[in-house]
Amino acid sequence: MKQPLAKRARAHAANLSLSSLLVLIYALPLYVAISLSLKDITDQSSLLSLPTAPTWDNYIKVFADGTIGRAIFNTAVITALTVLLQVVIAGMAAYPLARRKTRFNRWIQSGFLSVLMIPPLSILVGVYSTMVALHAISTYWGIIIILVAFGLPFPIYIFANFIVSIPISLDEAAELDGCGPIRTFFLIIAPQLRPVIVSVVILNGVGTWNEYGYALYLLQKREMYTVTLEISQYFSASSASNLNGAAAAAIVVILPLVVAYLALQKYFIKGALDAALKG
Amino acid sequence: MTPSPPSMPVTRRNTPDRVLTRSGRNAPRRRWRGASVNLLYLPALFLTLAFVAYPLYEVLSLSLNQWNGYSQVRSFVGFDNYVRLTQDGYLPSILGNTLIYGFGSALLQNVFGLGIALFLDRRLRGHSAVRAMVYLPVMISGLIMGYIISLFVQYDGGVFNEILGIFGVAPVDFMANPTRAVLIIMAINVWQYTGVTMIIYLGGLQSIPHALLESARLDGAGSWATFRHVTAPLLVPAISTAVVLNLIGGLKLFDVIVSMTGGGPGFATHSLSSYISNQYFNAQKAGYSAALGVLTFALIATMSSLLTRMFRARQVEAL
Repeated sequence: MKQPLAKRARAHAANLSLSSLLVLIYALPLYVAISLSLKDITDQSSLLSLPTAPTWDNYIKVFADGTIGRAIFNTAVITALTVLLQVVIAGMAAYPLARRKTRFNRWIQSGFLSVLMIPPLSILVGVYSTMVALHAISTYWGIIIILVAFGLPFPIYIFANFIVSIPISLDEAAELDGCGPIRTFFLIIAPQLRPVIVSVVILNGVGTWNEYGYALYLLQKREMYTVTLEISQYFSASSASNLNGAAAAAIVVILPLVVAYLALQKYFIKGALDAALKG
Repeated sequence: MTPSPPSMPVTRRNTPDRVLTRSGRNAPRRRWRGASVNLLYLPALFLTLAFVAYPLYEVLSLSLNQWNGYSQVRSFVGFDNYVRLTQDGYLPSILGNTLIYGFGSALLQNVFGLGIALFLDRRLRGHSAVRAMVYLPVMISGLIMGYIISLFVQYDGGVFNEILGIFGVAPVDFMANPTRAVLIIMAINVWQYTGVTMIIYLGGLQSIPHALLESARLDGAGSWATFRHVTAPLLVPAISTAVVLNLIGGLKLFDVIVSMTGGGPGFATHSLSSYISNQYFNAQKAGYSAALGVLTFALIATMSSLLTRMFRARQVEAL
């Protein structure tokens, strides 16, 4: 089945040009942002040009300003706690839903799943007024509890599907050894969930890090701002004046996730697949 | 993906639950332990009731009130806010935008996502790098992406105008024309999240047994016939997931709109989501905003359940 040489060369060229086109389309915005962030604010050269005299000044100013550092800290705290709580609470919830499929529990499970269909902004008014009543505006726990609650259905679904595939004899053995349901879950089932936990942590972690809609309304004090809120300050305050600084701030905020993604690509892709095929 | 359980004879006890339940109402119900195990879902249930269900109830009740969003005074106005939905001059175009964001994104993301997946499925050299690049923007917040792309569409020295200039085309003010601005925002959403669709299709393609493709080839089917009669029917679950996901994502669109246009010029590029937030916090019409929320919720819930049902029917057909 050897193709003629000319045909193979043509196929190779087509493959190469399509590949490069895709990489170009996807790399260009990042290239523009990075190159802008390395140019001096007085540099009026084209956005497409490479910085002729690259400077770290914009980055130094971003860190000297301190707001981005604080925003990264806030976002890291919120993301870590949100994802941790989601994994624990969703994992616990998934166990009875996977193992005790009574009609009532099925009903509960579809209740959880239907949360996926609620567009966050559609009940914004209700969330906001509820959180005002609880004095939870501009607090860590306020934003965390909302993000946890809205992010539960997807991990519950993934965990429940996974638990179904764990042999029930393990539970029974634990039961014979005198474990109650709670200990059985934490000692026997939870450790088995590791591969899907990785997927859930990645997907919900990325989502929480980048969250904007709720943070915008629930976090009103500047010192509570997350990275998305702080970046929008940079871009709107400086829409004409300091785009270079704003670009540097954006790169600083994007970088942790991009680096993690490039280093752990395999897990990120698997996470996306778990979400798509099981969720 | 699944743990490898120690091999054991398949008895009814360790058959997957799913198989049992498929067999219908009379299938033996699994109650190997008392109801106390249900305690484990109480935290999740509490959070969902308190922070999702209660706010949902609040939205429904607020939609029957007039309220500015912060004062102690709410006055009951019955269905006035819903009547105003029909009189809101902006709403038809905002509804139209929302549908363009939803259906336009779903259509294009699936065309491009499937196309790229079919291209990368041959796994030639360099393809894993392409895959990594296409999925990369998924890591970045839609809001920040919007700010970066603003550098492309700006009139003065924007990247697109720069490129057009090379070909001697006069600069274009891309975001000034409402229709064009809506299409650009949709295109950015497509560009950013086609990676997700691509991954879904790559997963779907990899789950197709090679023997099937091989036997189609031996039967003399060309590549189109193979795709049409073997690949496509087996991809229906992937298509269904991708379409529903993209549609819901597009209908909910918010972040990119905020950073690209803030809903403007005028109200021309608002989606329902961004309009809700605008009416609550900028116009201080909390009651009306709540009614918009109910409308959005109804729209998205209806669309996604209709689509899911449609695909479920197709899937049976395909098998």
